[in-house]
Amino acid sequence: MSERVVDARGSFCPGPLMELISNMKMMQVGDTLELLSTDAGSAADVPEWIKKVGHEMVDTEQDGEGTWHIRVRKAK
Amino acid sequence: MSGMYIICLSGEREKLQFAAMAASVAAVSGTDVHIFLSMNAFPYFVKGHSKEAPAEGKLGEVMAERKVPPFYQIFEQAVELGDAKIWACSMAMDVLGVKEDGMEEIVAGPLGLTKFLSDAENGQILTF
Repeated sequence: MSERVVDARGSFCPGPLMELISNMKMMQVGDTLELLSTDAGSAADVPEWIKKVGHEMVDTEQDGEGTWHIRVRKAK
Repeated sequence: MSGMYIICLSGEREKLQFAAMAASVAAVSGTDVHIFLSMNAFPYFVKGHSKEAPAEGKLGEVMAERKVPPFYQIFEQAVELGDAKIWACSMAMDVLGVKEDGMEEIVAGPLGLTKFLSDAENGQILTF
Protein backbone atom coordinates (compact mmCIF):
# COMPACT_ATOMS: atom_id res chain seq x y z
CA MET A 1 0.00 0.00 0.00
CA SER A 2 1.37 3.38 -0.93
CA GLU A 3 0.67 6.93 0.19
CA ARG A 4 0.84 10.02 -1.94
CA VAL A 5 0.47 13.71 -1.25
CA VAL A 6 -1.23 15.99 -3.75
CA ASP A 7 -0.56 19.70 -3.24
CA ALA A 8 -3.53 21.68 -4.58
CA ARG A 9 -2.96 24.73 -2.38
CA GLY A 10 -3.90 27.97 -4.11
CA SER A 11 -6.30 26.28 -6.54
CA PHE A 12 -10.04 26.88 -6.55
CA CYS A 13 -13.07 24.65 -7.09
CA PRO A 14 -13.12 22.25 -8.86
CA GLY A 15 -9.31 22.18 -9.21
CA PRO A 16 -8.50 20.28 -5.97
CA LEU A 17 -11.20 17.67 -6.64
CA MET A 18 -9.97 17.13 -10.20
CA GLU A 19 -6.37 16.78 -9.03
CA LEU A 20 -7.50 14.24 -6.44
CA ILE A 21 -9.45 12.23 -9.02
CA SER A 22 -6.69 12.20 -11.62
CA ASN A 23 -4.28 10.91 -8.95
CA MET A 24 -6.73 8.32 -7.61
CA LYS A 25 -7.05 6.85 -11.09
CA MET A 26 -3.35 5.94 -10.92
CA MET A 27 -3.59 4.40 -7.43
CA GLN A 28 -4.25 0.83 -6.33
CA VAL A 29 -7.14 -0.22 -4.09
CA GLY A 30 -6.08 0.34 -0.48
CA ASP A 31 -3.66 3.16 -1.31
CA THR A 32 -4.12 6.42 0.54
CA LEU A 33 -3.83 10.02 -0.61
CA GLU A 34 -3.49 13.26 1.31
CA LEU A 35 -4.87 16.29 -0.51
CA LEU A 36 -3.58 19.70 0.57
CA SER A 37 -6.04 22.48 -0.20
CA THR A 38 -6.59 26.08 0.84
CA ASP A 39 -10.08 26.10 -0.71
CA ALA A 40 -12.72 25.73 2.01
CA GLY A 41 -15.36 24.67 -0.51
CA SER A 42 -13.22 21.75 -1.60
CA ALA A 43 -12.77 20.70 2.03
CA ALA A 44 -16.52 20.10 2.09
CA ASP A 45 -16.94 18.87 -1.48
CA VAL A 46 -14.18 16.27 -1.57
CA PRO A 47 -15.64 14.17 1.31
CA GLU A 48 -19.02 14.42 -0.43
CA TRP A 49 -17.53 13.06 -3.67
CA ILE A 50 -15.65 10.31 -1.81
CA LYS A 51 -18.90 9.22 -0.15
CA LYS A 52 -20.89 9.35 -3.38
CA VAL A 53 -18.52 7.22 -5.43
CA GLY A 54 -17.76 4.72 -2.64
CA HIS A 55 -14.20 5.47 -1.55
CA GLU A 56 -13.21 5.95 2.09
CA MET A 57 -12.52 9.11 4.05
CA VAL A 58 -9.67 8.71 6.51
CA ASP A 59 -9.78 12.15 8.13
CA THR A 60 -9.84 15.88 7.48
CA GLU A 61 -8.10 18.59 9.45
CA GLN A 62 -7.08 22.19 9.00
CA ASP A 63 -3.61 23.23 10.15
CA GLY A 64 -2.61 26.52 11.76
CA GLU A 65 -1.80 28.08 8.39
CA GLY A 66 -5.27 27.41 7.00
CA THR A 67 -4.40 24.43 4.80
CA TRP A 68 -6.86 21.56 4.76
CA HIS A 69 -5.36 18.06 4.92
CA ILE A 70 -7.91 15.67 3.44
CA ARG A 71 -6.90 12.02 3.67
CA VAL A 72 -8.72 9.42 1.62
CA ARG A 73 -8.32 5.73 0.79
CA LYS A 74 -9.12 4.17 -2.58
CA ALA A 75 -11.71 1.50 -1.89
CA LYS A 76 -12.53 0.10 -5.31
CA MET B 1 -34.18 11.70 -14.71
CA SER B 2 -31.26 10.31 -16.68
CA GLY B 3 -28.13 12.26 -17.50
CA MET B 4 -27.19 15.91 -17.59
CA TYR B 5 -27.44 17.82 -20.86
CA ILE B 6 -25.63 21.14 -20.92
CA ILE B 7 -26.23 23.68 -23.68
CA CYS B 8 -23.40 26.23 -23.96
CA LEU B 9 -24.29 29.36 -25.91
CA SER B 10 -22.55 32.27 -24.18
CA GLY B 11 -19.00 33.25 -25.01
CA GLU B 12 -18.55 34.96 -21.64
CA ARG B 13 -16.02 33.62 -19.16
CA GLU B 14 -18.38 33.28 -16.21
CA LYS B 15 -20.93 31.16 -18.06
CA LEU B 16 -18.33 28.96 -19.75
CA GLN B 17 -16.63 28.53 -16.39
CA PHE B 18 -19.77 27.41 -14.60
CA ALA B 19 -20.84 25.15 -17.46
CA ALA B 20 -17.44 23.46 -17.27
CA MET B 21 -17.66 23.16 -13.47
CA ALA B 22 -21.13 21.60 -13.60
CA ALA B 23 -20.07 19.24 -16.40
CA SER B 24 -16.90 18.07 -14.71
CA VAL B 25 -18.27 17.59 -11.21
CA ALA B 26 -21.35 15.75 -12.48
CA ALA B 27 -19.29 13.60 -14.85
CA VAL B 28 -16.75 12.49 -12.25
CA SER B 29 -19.62 11.71 -9.88
CA GLY B 30 -21.06 9.12 -12.23
CA THR B 31 -23.60 11.19 -14.18
CA ASP B 32 -23.83 10.75 -17.93
CA VAL B 33 -22.95 14.25 -19.19
CA HIS B 34 -23.43 15.68 -22.68
CA ILE B 35 -22.48 19.22 -23.67
CA PHE B 36 -23.84 20.94 -26.78
CA LEU B 37 -21.82 23.87 -28.15
CA SER B 38 -23.40 26.56 -30.25
CA MET B 39 -23.53 30.34 -30.81
CA ASN B 40 -20.72 32.30 -29.11
CA ALA B 41 -19.49 29.36 -27.03
CA PHE B 42 -18.73 27.36 -30.16
CA PRO B 43 -15.57 29.12 -31.48
CA TYR B 44 -13.52 28.32 -28.35
CA PHE B 45 -13.61 24.66 -29.40
CA VAL B 46 -12.35 25.31 -32.93
CA LYS B 47 -8.68 24.44 -33.42
CA GLY B 48 -6.45 27.49 -33.23
CA HIS B 49 -9.03 29.73 -31.55
CA SER B 50 -8.13 31.50 -28.31
CA LYS B 51 -9.30 29.77 -25.12
CA GLU B 52 -9.52 33.11 -23.28
CA ALA B 53 -13.07 34.36 -22.92
CA PRO B 54 -13.91 37.97 -21.97
CA ALA B 55 -15.31 38.57 -18.51
CA GLU B 56 -18.89 39.73 -18.19
CA GLY B 57 -18.38 41.27 -14.76
CA LYS B 58 -16.27 41.58 -11.64
CA LEU B 59 -16.13 37.90 -10.73
CA GLY B 60 -14.90 36.97 -14.18
CA GLU B 61 -12.16 39.59 -13.92
CA VAL B 62 -11.06 38.37 -10.50
CA MET B 63 -11.10 34.73 -11.66
CA ALA B 64 -8.55 35.63 -14.31
CA GLU B 65 -6.28 37.24 -11.71
CA ARG B 66 -6.51 34.38 -9.21
CA LYS B 67 -5.54 30.73 -9.61
CA VAL B 68 -8.94 29.58 -10.88
CA PRO B 69 -8.61 26.69 -13.34
CA PRO B 70 -9.44 27.97 -16.87
CA PHE B 71 -12.75 26.77 -18.31
CA TYR B 72 -11.16 24.91 -21.20
CA GLN B 73 -8.99 22.86 -18.84
CA ILE B 74 -12.07 21.97 -16.77
CA PHE B 75 -13.90 20.80 -19.90
CA GLU B 76 -10.85 18.66 -20.74
CA GLN B 77 -11.03 17.11 -17.27
CA ALA B 78 -14.75 16.45 -17.69
CA VAL B 79 -13.94 14.44 -20.80
CA GLU B 80 -10.77 12.73 -19.57
CA LEU B 81 -11.79 11.96 -15.99
CA GLY B 82 -15.57 11.71 -16.28
CA ASP B 83 -16.09 10.57 -19.87
CA ALA B 84 -18.32 13.57 -20.65
CA LYS B 85 -19.20 14.02 -24.31
CA ILE B 86 -18.87 17.43 -25.99
CA TRP B 87 -20.88 17.88 -29.18
CA ALA B 88 -20.48 20.60 -31.79
CA CYS B 89 -23.69 22.13 -33.14
CA SER B 90 -23.88 21.14 -36.80
CA MET B 91 -25.58 24.43 -37.64
CA ALA B 92 -22.71 26.44 -36.12
CA MET B 93 -20.21 24.32 -38.07
CA ASP B 94 -22.08 25.02 -41.30
CA VAL B 95 -22.39 28.75 -40.63
CA LEU B 96 -18.69 29.13 -39.82
CA GLY B 97 -17.57 26.65 -42.45
CA VAL B 98 -15.80 24.43 -39.91
CA LYS B 99 -15.28 20.76 -40.73
CA GLU B 100 -15.16 17.98 -38.13
CA ASP B 101 -11.36 17.82 -38.25
CA GLY B 102 -11.28 21.55 -37.51
CA MET B 103 -12.72 20.99 -34.05
CA GLU B 104 -10.53 20.38 -30.99
CA GLU B 105 -9.84 16.79 -29.97
CA ILE B 106 -12.07 17.02 -26.90
CA VAL B 107 -15.11 17.44 -29.15
CA ALA B 108 -16.77 14.07 -29.77
CA GLY B 109 -18.24 15.15 -33.09
CA PRO B 110 -21.00 17.13 -34.78
CA LEU B 111 -24.57 16.84 -33.61
CA GLY B 112 -27.90 18.35 -34.60
CA LEU B 113 -30.14 20.08 -32.11
CA THR B 114 -33.01 17.68 -32.82
CA LYS B 115 -30.93 14.64 -31.85
CA PHE B 116 -29.52 16.39 -28.78
CA LEU B 117 -32.96 17.37 -27.50
CA SER B 118 -34.31 13.91 -28.26
CA ASP B 119 -31.49 12.32 -26.23
CA ALA B 120 -32.10 14.83 -23.44
CA GLU B 121 -35.81 14.08 -23.19
CA ASN B 122 -35.53 12.24 -19.88
CA GLY B 123 -32.51 14.10 -18.59
CA GLN B 124 -31.75 17.39 -16.91
CA ILE B 125 -31.08 20.29 -19.28
CA LEU B 126 -28.93 23.23 -18.17
CA THR B 127 -28.35 26.21 -20.43
CA PHE B 128 -25.48 28.67 -20.12
